[in-house]
Amino acid sequence: MNRRLSAAITAGVILAVILAIYIGGTFLPESALRADFSQKGLPPSASHIFGTDFLGRDMFTRTVKGLSISLVIGAAASVISAFIALAVGVTAAMGRGWVDHAVNWFIDVFMSVPHTVLIILISVALARGVKGMLVGVAVTHWVGLARIIRGEVMQIRGRQYIAASRRFGKSPLWIARKHILPHMVPQFFVGLILLFPHAIMHESGLTFLGFGLPPEQPAIGIILSESMKYISGGAVWLAFFPGLSLVVLVLLIDKLGNTIRYLLEPREAQL
Amino acid sequence: MLLEAKNLVFGYERGKNTLDGVSLAIEAGERVALVGPSGCGKSTLARILAGQLRPASGAATLDGKPLPLRGFCPVQLIYQHPEKAINPRWKLGKTLTEAWSPGDEFLSELGIEKAWLGRYPAELSGGELQRFCIARALAPQTRFIIADEISTMLDVITQAQIWELLLRVADERGLGLLAITHSRALAERVCARVAEFGDLR
Repeated sequence: MNRRLSAAITAGVILAVILAIYIGGTFLPESALRADFSQKGLPPSASHIFGTDFLGRDMFTRTVKGLSISLVIGAAASVISAFIALAVGVTAAMGRGWVDHAVNWFIDVFMSVPHTVLIILISVALARGVKGMLVGVAVTHWVGLARIIRGEVMQIRGRQYIAASRRFGKSPLWIARKHILPHMVPQFFVGLILLFPHAIMHESGLTFLGFGLPPEQPAIGIILSESMKYISGGAVWLAFFPGLSLVVLVLLIDKLGNTIRYLLEPREAQL
Repeated sequence: MLLEAKNLVFGYERGKNTLDGVSLAIEAGERVALVGPSGCGKSTLARILAGQLRPASGAATLDGKPLPLRGFCPVQLIYQHPEKAINPRWKLGKTLTEAWSPGDEFLSELGIEKAWLGRYPAELSGGELQRFCIARALAPQTRFIIADEISTMLDVITQAQIWELLLRVADERGLGLLAITHSRALAERVCARVAEFGDLR
């Protein structure tokens, strides 16, 4: 089995796991999360592998549900972010000198403000909830990718085949579409996927702090902040398993991003 | 047709001119070689003559008119490194037809095999790629070819083949040719007139 094939299999397996979490969480019957006081506060066992909480709800079910909410918000936010990054990066690189300067200055200003503070402000301004969270994460995460795309476009713009194309009478728009944008595809997709874990972490962090999703939604952030009250009583499983699942999911997506980069650009990325 | 450089002045840095009052004229059907040491400004002159760079003063003209800024440029430049002058993400068939669509006969004349058209640049050798660069530059509207060290990176047999086929097409169509090279032997073999870069002032 060569490295390319094994990378493709890795990517496939990770995608399947992510899809399973999404489908499992989204199509979960309402009854699965119903409180059952006879099962209250049970440690992990064969019937409840992540244990149960103080209302007798199965923690595994809640974790899957929470992760699927995180996935949806993370996916939406990183797709929006990546498209902003593409637009800003290409504009900066293709525009005149002052456009580039203005965009760079704006990116610097953006980067100088801590993400978390900015997301809190935006989320609160939009009355929290899914909308506030989504917009907050989406409009703060494009900066790094925009820089990368700008640099990449500038590099490609100076190539000899672009100069030759211009002398063949091709218009700047044609050159941007046919020569430059196809070169951005790997950067764009890998950047998008690598934004994903960031977005999920910020979503959970903010929800944990109470600026994100409302308490009735079993997001991972909510589960973790609720569990804080019971940890001192010895119910460590309430925080440990959901927290671990979040970390594992984030690492899986990160691995997926790097694997896809390897598949798209085998020369530049080492696995 | 006459390709002329008149009193070209150009510098990449302020106050440091790479070209300082350079003049050169090439007529249609004429072959001129340009020799000179590394870094003296031969390639800069080539880029100005092909309309890629604008001189600080002086002008590059074709029949007395400035080179067109838009549309196909009748002065085409062929580079030293074919692998840099070809988009690595395009199959060669696409690269070949970017400027015009050469016929099968023309391709076989240039020694381009049909099978290469479906491949990517990384799958061909430098000499094979250079044939594509030459074919691409030899569109029907082309009047002048500037060959900037086009054979330096190739082995001697390929060098001979590349020049043989370029000269044949240039003769058939009466194209003007400016060959930039380090090699005096090549310059004298290929061209009727050899211009020393230092004497162009």
